[in-house]
Amino acid sequence: MEVTYRDRTWTFDEALTVEQMLKRIDVLPESVLVVRDGTLVTEDQKLKPGDRVKVVGVISGG
Amino acid sequence: MRCRTCGAPAIINMRHHKLSLCAAHFPDWVVKHTAKAIRKYRMFKPEDRILVAVSGGKDSLALWDVLLALGYHADGLYIDLGIDVGGGYSTRSRETTITFQESQPRTKLHIISIPNVYGESLAALAKRKRRTDRPCSLCGVIKRHEMNRIAMAEGYNVLATGHNLDDEAAILFANVLHWQIGYLRRQGPVLPADGEGLARKVKPFCRFYERETAAYVLVKGIDYIYEECPFAVGATSIRHKETLTRMEHASPGTKLQFYVNFLRAKKEGLLSSHDRARPDLRMCPQCGQPTTAETLCRFCRLWN
Repeated sequence: MEVTYRDRTWTFDEALTVEQMLKRIDVLPESVLVVRDGTLVTEDQKLKPGDRVKVVGVISGG
Repeated sequence: MRCRTCGAPAIINMRHHKLSLCAAHFPDWVVKHTAKAIRKYRMFKPEDRILVAVSGGKDSLALWDVLLALGYHADGLYIDLGIDVGGGYSTRSRETTITFQESQPRTKLHIISIPNVYGESLAALAKRKRRTDRPCSLCGVIKRHEMNRIAMAEGYNVLATGHNLDDEAAILFANVLHWQIGYLRRQGPVLPADGEGLARKVKPFCRFYERETAAYVLVKGIDYIYEECPFAVGATSIRHKETLTRMEHASPGTKLQFYVNFLRAKKEGLLSSHDRARPDLRMCPQCGQPTTAETLCRFCRLWN
């Protein structure tokens, strides 16, 4: 699967849950939302090889 | 994970509420809980005229959408600060706001261009005032002044901002770190219009996590400006939010308890004193808006 977050991209060959994937890219689930094929998914969802996943940051400031 | 209401696949899990909801029921939950916050904190009534401060970001656009869904008379105000770094940030955020407003017939969008009205962009002003390291504080002064000016001039009695729980918890955290008693006294979901020439300020999203407002716009398909304001990169408020988010991860509900228990303690007398929450106000001799300053208000001093 291909995971994008901000300007970075990661590729994982094995199936992972959303929670496992976020741990791999070192991001707290509370600071992001995860979108697969245009749909939001929860931390327990299984991501499969071939999925295109976008991690959306939610923390803004100023 | 399944939606607690209908059993369909959930799109969001809110650990602090022990609640998962699907794409159909989550927006309804946001609308219902916004209405609940408006009632709980007595923010405004159906007959009030509300001006929503919109930036093109997720929170303000979600707030405008929800207030319209609830049937309120809510118009928008976009303040263009002329931020042209970061690939035309102000231009893109203004266009995003206009696109949203065009999808909402019966609403009005007021647009104020700071460079056109006052002759300088935020960047130019920060340079002249030697505040290039902290332009966010100047941005706050300008926005507060202009929001109140337009609300008064256009006959809106309520000014609504999209501040969410993460914003409020980070502000509270900073105010406690520095023991800013005056700011702590004034912090809350409502700042009453207790002076002539002031609009009532409300924060209907103050109990929603930032993650929830982001999920709302994504589920509703509302286009918003995703990137951070180029001047906010590295801002202290973001560092405070990250600290609180790590605490939230270890202990769900930390931010909500921090903020809600602060409001409760204030209601029970914490920080109460003989002083009023808002200090004595005078009228600025230049712009006519209320100010605590002895001479010109802080906004007018920026341009002199």
